[in-house]
Amino acid sequence: MNVVVCVKQIPDPNAPGKLDDATRRLTRDGVDVVLDPGDEHAVEAALVVAEQHGGEVTVVSMGPPRAVDAIRKALSMGAARGVHVQDPALQNSDALSTARVLAAAVKAQPFDLIVTGQESTDGYSGAVPGQMAELLGLPLLSFAKKLTVEGGKVLIHRQTDEGYDVVEAPLPAVVTVTGGINEPRYPSLRGIMQSKNKEVKQLALKDLGLDGQAGGSAATQEVVALEAAQARKAGRVIEDKGEAAKEIADFLAGLKVI
Amino acid sequence: MAAVWVFAETTDGKPRPIALELLTKARSLGETSAIALGPGAAQSAEALGQYGAGVVYAHEDPAFSEVLAQPAVDLLASLVQKHKPALLLFGMTYDGRDIASRLSARLGAPLIANATDIGPHAGGSWAVVSPLFGGSTLVTTVPKGDGPAIVLVRPKAFTPEPLTGSAARLQRLTDPVDRSRPSARVVRRETEQAQGPRLEDAAIIVSGGRGLGGPEHFKLVDDLAAQLGAAVGASRAVVDAGWKPYAFQVGQTGKTVKPSVYIAIGISGAMQHTVGMKGARTIIAINKDPEAPIFKLVDLGVVGDVHKVVPQLTEELRRRKA
Repeated sequence: MNVVVCVKQIPDPNAPGKLDDATRRLTRDGVDVVLDPGDEHAVEAALVVAEQHGGEVTVVSMGPPRAVDAIRKALSMGAARGVHVQDPALQNSDALSTARVLAAAVKAQPFDLIVTGQESTDGYSGAVPGQMAELLGLPLLSFAKKLTVEGGKVLIHRQTDEGYDVVEAPLPAVVTVTGGINEPRYPSLRGIMQSKNKEVKQLALKDLGLDGQAGGSAATQEVVALEAAQARKAGRVIEDKGEAAKEIADFLAGLKVI
Repeated sequence: MAAVWVFAETTDGKPRPIALELLTKARSLGETSAIALGPGAAQSAEALGQYGAGVVYAHEDPAFSEVLAQPAVDLLASLVQKHKPALLLFGMTYDGRDIASRLSARLGAPLIANATDIGPHAGGSWAVVSPLFGGSTLVTTVPKGDGPAIVLVRPKAFTPEPLTGSAARLQRLTDPVDRSRPSARVVRRETEQAQGPRLEDAAIIVSGGRGLGGPEHFKLVDDLAAQLGAAVGASRAVVDAGWKPYAFQVGQTGKTVKPSVYIAIGISGAMQHTVGMKGARTIIAINKDPEAPIFKLVDLGVVGDVHKVVPQLTEELRRRKA
């Protein structure tokens, strides 16, 4: 059972995000970057499947040179090897470009199952997994809060507004996972040491046969404006000295909700 | 007038609220049609017409509710080729997102997600506004090219308003559905409905976060919510830690809510959370950290121990009711 997991390096979500005024894109300059916390759940889910059924996990990522750190993090958790697609032409890629690149890179790997997070924490369009599944001609089992593989089939519990649906598909397939699916493991010291010697293959657009079909030149959309959202009017912040509960009750009474 | 299409999600022949929200916006942008798929879809035509759909395309094959995304994408791709709409609106829902993203790859069409507003743009294109960084920044994106633009709209971005005297022409579709392909199939549906009102519809929401200290303390939130007749929400940290099921999550990866009153208990106000709740009319927060970012959003904030303030508040409300 070979599993590919697609990951993204993002600016630390605990630090305030910044946009580059000139390119109108998220800037990664001067900010700490991390493996997207949502992707840690995907890596964990992929490792569990590979451990249960035998096989290896390959990590695929697209991003600038230092995105290799995100791949190394996944390798230190236990993935076997990495594939890093980087190309100056990939700057300003939109979701569809990213999906084309990932689909082409994944296709070159042995895989029975592809796992991703349900969306990146920074851009949060959540479009890439569906686009990638379509380009690969595979079923997409999305928003999995439980994942099992058995007898050539993958079965998930798919989050819904009312509860969950049990969804099944034959392998190979693409699965996206929610944060509720598992508790990602911490890399062990041994894992961290071993990850340094694991192979991370570097690929450029021409290696994938995608010259001109991905990146800024192939963008299907353009950001034309950025503005600060209207801030909420500053309210009253009080310190509890034993009377705060009464104050809140009075406030709710003033709103006529009690 | 530009042709604007709405992917209208329905349940048992009734439009979901997101369908009516999208139609209300769509009819201000162009000539509006709706696509409703699955058993009972045609029954929704009357309601969809009341909210501005001129034509409702309905296909009632059970495959549309049993198989994820692929049958809907096949049908939409062929309808788009035939009728050439300029804009397709989907709700940012579980199904909406899957279908819209696959369709954009199938058509090579631009996809813009998380929209909270859409308007015309120079040259016959569209200006789509989406919030970033927990809603602190608004980004305007314009789709390029001649083909249709696909936009995923966040729930609650628009308020549904019926139109008087508006009715739709129902067009039933019978295109064959491809069942030969490997696909993701729903084998069973499970309901885990919470007690009390639904998060999406509640006038008051009480949400709990990591500041409660442990799952055993979530009862403070449940008790206050019960006293107020409110729905219960949770932050991502709490859901990731397994204190509450994912269905309770408010925020970027969870639900977008717009209650009259939102009470955040032990929630720091990470961007992940605020994007889902900053549309609340009134926000109240209780947190022990005076520097918590949630206090920048509040109408009333209390710096204090949730384990003291919350039970006192529940008791105070009980006393006033009695």
